[in-house]
Amino acid sequence: MELTEEYKYMDVIHRCFRCGYCKFPQDWEDVDNCPSYARYRLESYSNGGRLWLIRAWIRGEIPWSEHLANIVYSCVACKNCEEKCPLSFAGDIVNMVVAARNLMVEQGLVAPPVKQYLEKVQLHGNPWGLGANKRKQWMGDLSVESYQGQDYLYFVGSEGAYDSRAQKATRALAEILQNAGVSFGVLGSEETDDGNEAELLGEDGLVEVLAEKNISKFNETGVKKIITLSPHAYNALKNIYPRFGGNFEVYHYTQLLAELLKAERFQAPKLDSVKITFHDPCFLGRWNNEYRAPRKVLQALGGTQLIEMGRNRESALCCGGGSANYFMDLLGGSPDSPARIRVRQARETGADILAVACPNCLTMLEDAVKVEGFESELIVKDISEILNEY
Amino acid sequence: MIKLNFDENKCLACDTRDCLTKCQYMDLDVSEAGAEIEKLINGEDSRVLYECRTCYACEEYCPMDNHPFYLIVKRQEELDIPPLPEPIIKQGVQLGIPFRGDPKIEEINGPVLNMGVFSPLYPSLIQGSKLFEGLTPISTDGRKMHHFFCQLMYLHFARTSVINERLPAVIDTINSFKPTKVVHFHDECYGTYTHYAPAFGIDVPFTSVHLFEYLYHRLLELKDQIQPLNYKVCYQRPCSSRLSSDKHKYVDKIFKLVGCEHVKREYMDENALCCGSTILSQRREGSRRFSLELQNRNISDMKQAGAELCIFNCPACMQTMGKQVAESGIMPIWMSDLCRMAIGEKAS
Amino acid sequence: MDAIYKKLLDIVGEDYVSNQNEELFTYSKDLGTSDPKWPDYVVAPKTTEEVSRIVKLANEENLAVVPLGGGLSLAGLALPLKGGIELDLKRMDQILELNEQDRYIILEAGASHGKLTAYLEKNTPHLKHSEPGAPPAATIGGNLAIHGQGDLGHPYGFNSDMINGLEVVLPSGEICRFGSCALGNDWYTMHPLPDLNMFMGWSGSTGIITKVSLRLFPCKKIQEQDALVLDDADLVPEVLFKLTHIGMAEDIIVVSQEIPPPFNRLHYILINLAGDTNLELEFKRQLIFDTHLSSYIQEGRAGIGASGQDIQRPVVSKTSDWRKGGGFEYVGAIVPISSYPKCYRHGVEVSGRHHIPYTTLGRVLGTGHSMMFSWTFAFNRADEETVRHAREALHETDKEVLKMGGTLWKPAVFGQKILMDQMDCATLQLMQKVKHMLDPNGIMNPGNWEVS
Repeated sequence: MELTEEYKYMDVIHRCFRCGYCKFPQDWEDVDNCPSYARYRLESYSNGGRLWLIRAWIRGEIPWSEHLANIVYSCVACKNCEEKCPLSFAGDIVNMVVAARNLMVEQGLVAPPVKQYLEKVQLHGNPWGLGANKRKQWMGDLSVESYQGQDYLYFVGSEGAYDSRAQKATRALAEILQNAGVSFGVLGSEETDDGNEAELLGEDGLVEVLAEKNISKFNETGVKKIITLSPHAYNALKNIYPRFGGNFEVYHYTQLLAELLKAERFQAPKLDSVKITFHDPCFLGRWNNEYRAPRKVLQALGGTQLIEMGRNRESALCCGGGSANYFMDLLGGSPDSPARIRVRQARETGADILAVACPNCLTMLEDAVKVEGFESELIVKDISEILNEY
Repeated sequence: MIKLNFDENKCLACDTRDCLTKCQYMDLDVSEAGAEIEKLINGEDSRVLYECRTCYACEEYCPMDNHPFYLIVKRQEELDIPPLPEPIIKQGVQLGIPFRGDPKIEEINGPVLNMGVFSPLYPSLIQGSKLFEGLTPISTDGRKMHHFFCQLMYLHFARTSVINERLPAVIDTINSFKPTKVVHFHDECYGTYTHYAPAFGIDVPFTSVHLFEYLYHRLLELKDQIQPLNYKVCYQRPCSSRLSSDKHKYVDKIFKLVGCEHVKREYMDENALCCGSTILSQRREGSRRFSLELQNRNISDMKQAGAELCIFNCPACMQTMGKQVAESGIMPIWMSDLCRMAIGEKAS
Repeated sequence: MDAIYKKLLDIVGEDYVSNQNEELFTYSKDLGTSDPKWPDYVVAPKTTEEVSRIVKLANEENLAVVPLGGGLSLAGLALPLKGGIELDLKRMDQILELNEQDRYIILEAGASHGKLTAYLEKNTPHLKHSEPGAPPAATIGGNLAIHGQGDLGHPYGFNSDMINGLEVVLPSGEICRFGSCALGNDWYTMHPLPDLNMFMGWSGSTGIITKVSLRLFPCKKIQEQDALVLDDADLVPEVLFKLTHIGMAEDIIVVSQEIPPPFNRLHYILINLAGDTNLELEFKRQLIFDTHLSSYIQEGRAGIGASGQDIQRPVVSKTSDWRKGGGFEYVGAIVPISSYPKCYRHGVEVSGRHHIPYTTLGRVLGTGHSMMFSWTFAFNRADEETVRHAREALHETDKEVLKMGGTLWKPAVFGQKILMDQMDCATLQLMQKVKHMLDPNGIMNPGNWEVS
């Protein structure tokens, strides 16, 4: 079948005018709110250029190349473009990029980093290629119940389980939930990757396998309500899993904590005159319209001042870790890497802590602070860590 | 044959000539009014045709139900004395032309909520509210909404011909949904189908329900969920409300039910001031300033009476006056949103 | 590795030069009806020095250099007609100095208009610049290179009349400054000499604008738009004459378009007013509607369509979607205001013939001294027939403009040719001499403004 017949958005993709709106934040401050365009500053890397390239490839005007694949995969799916594009198909921009990736995957035309990611997830259920039994390592000496019908399943996710930095957040959250008397359990090595990034990378078949495995486990153990550490998992479990018959009540942990604080089920700690700024994670914010819950939690902290960055909420600059770029790092290696731009924006607020609510953002931004060299001025912490530590 | 049911004998028998003596914009005593009415009956030039501000009120004032305002508009068109400049009339007439394809018709065989040309308001004002459960909405697609346009706006444009030309097809469109009854979101739609159409002998095969009557009874059903709002409110009564004066009582009934005090002010009920939206563009010298002064008078009156909220019925009034009302320190709120607030829902 | 590529890489660094197919393809395309023209290299410099080195290299290697801002001229003016180096200037986007007292701002020419507007709103909300109707991604330099106009057109004229200073890289690579800044002083005035004015309107074929000192104007607290509606095109010039006599508006635009229906065959005169108080605004409205234009209203020949509306930034991208096809291109002409009726009628006629819903717009420049009149032709990029129709409509309109005594603003190559055919010989020769003097090797955006 011709690619033009296979590509789902053939009747829409030519409608992009390349007007450049997609590069800007809500207040038009500058053209660097598209992470890949901010990094490369060549038109091929903004979604206007990317969509024209995709269309040309599908129509056979230009051949596939690894550079094309890198361009197509360098979109981190942050949805800034969808917020800004004034045309009626705006809500499908990321879908159009992912649909092109579907075609590339089907044809076996993916660049090595993508191939490696997908293969590892397929074989090992996580992009590190580590064994499933290592999924419990984050617990350390903390005793955490297995899920056996408690109120909530705490879905840890692959980053939370395997990444050494993220593990601290995973544990912090478990401790908070325990201290708040929340009835929850974890699946440990029975969990597999949530599949959010696999979907964005265009590997539908893999998403199905992962989703069905998790859903089957959830159903087997009687899961009804799920708390996730990661907004990526939140997005997958909430929005992708129903497609495979998995209908659960899914919460990102900040949503649950906001409720618990309101019901006075636990008390937020008091810090000592600390300034905090918050980085909106794309999969909670622009993807799922949740900008309030994390702020409610942060505002409940005593002795702190919440300072917003200019680029907040719908205008947040993505850390560049989405769409598996946290792994593939297609946007790294430059002072214009979005993560580095972001931490400079955070530093400008004068905040002491850059708070995040996502393990991807946590590692991306902490690494960026180190590279920028101002660890002594700004610490990056997950909200769970802030709540648990003080 | 579409013809205005006007009986000149009724006018000749009328002693009070309320249509003109009560008019808020013209100053006529009973005998002056009599002279002008005779000119109108005979199709002659009359100062009324130039001075009428198209507020619709005389339809309410007339003790004979003899449609003085419809007659005025008809004469304005016949004698080519429109209140608005020609380009504005053309713009208005063209506004009602559907150009994005036909609407999807589905037979509902149940009660229906007709959004008219206010489809864009559906998501924020109606969707998901308990108040409208049980009603199937029609005209929720902004691209097709002109097929549901009641056309009555053209009364401001001296164009009953356009209304009469287009209305039968609109009635057919609504009727093709097979509604058991139609609740009209816009007061003017209700007025079209229950007052204008009968006055012109246009058959309307469906039953219409006034939004406020519907809201009142729905609130009664949800009575145990109502928490008194305890606001001091005033009401911006739209021109079209004059065509359904028997339903005006629901304004106070709703206010009472939701625990709001309807503040006493000069420009209320029969004495209400219209929003002046088309007066802005009228040909008569000084109209622009007059419409601003009218709005200022209306809003000052609201302020003096101590209103905290101004309840709106009509999107045109809201568009024209909402900002100024807010700037004066009074919160503009839709009636439907007031009702939503009363049952604990978040307003738009 | 290609030797030239290596030299470019040495100048800008690995990330900002490409000769890969994907970049060349992307930069070969214009958003209008122009056919693609492929560059050999795409380069994105950061500093004026880098631009200078690139231009010198281009001279040595006899490669064309084509400066690119937002790429929104829609007339293919930044397409590499003769291959060479496509120079994407948008990395040169820094705001350098804001002088509030003397009302100017110095910034790099690759900064977007959107960025400048946001910056001023945030830092000095009582100052504004003239923003063109193009999408906010349009750059300062690009707009000046085409003699742009914007939303302060009525009081202050063309955007290119609003400059206090320029830094330009000449086609031979030298860096020059014009205006008071050439003396090493503040950038507060363009006149007198050395104001050589050889770069405005030349579409980047005489040099690359790298820095600009842009005049800033009072930005009052409240901005509103009022609209007067007419149904008689012949009445428009008379009404505009009166409006420009009053001198209270910041921007006066006349719009007429086939869709949506309320606009069809009607003329909306959109009047932007600004005031620091409601009193000021009401005074202006009174002068306009109650005094000078009241006779038209009373006679029923004009009507107030709207008053006191919030001003929305125009979203021209939506025009591109009218044929659900992601494309439009327009002819912009500078004509006397008295030409409005025939311009409008031509628009209706030629659009109808080419099955395009007509869209016309006229913006008053100066005190009624001229009007920028545009005919917009939308097309569906996925349907060649519609592209052909748009192209034909554009060419017919170019010719018609000259026939009716107008002149073409930012013409594409087709329009340039017919303009030059009609031009005074001595003037044309001088243009060529200037071009040749500045650019002896003919490398700067070649193919534009060239006599065959």
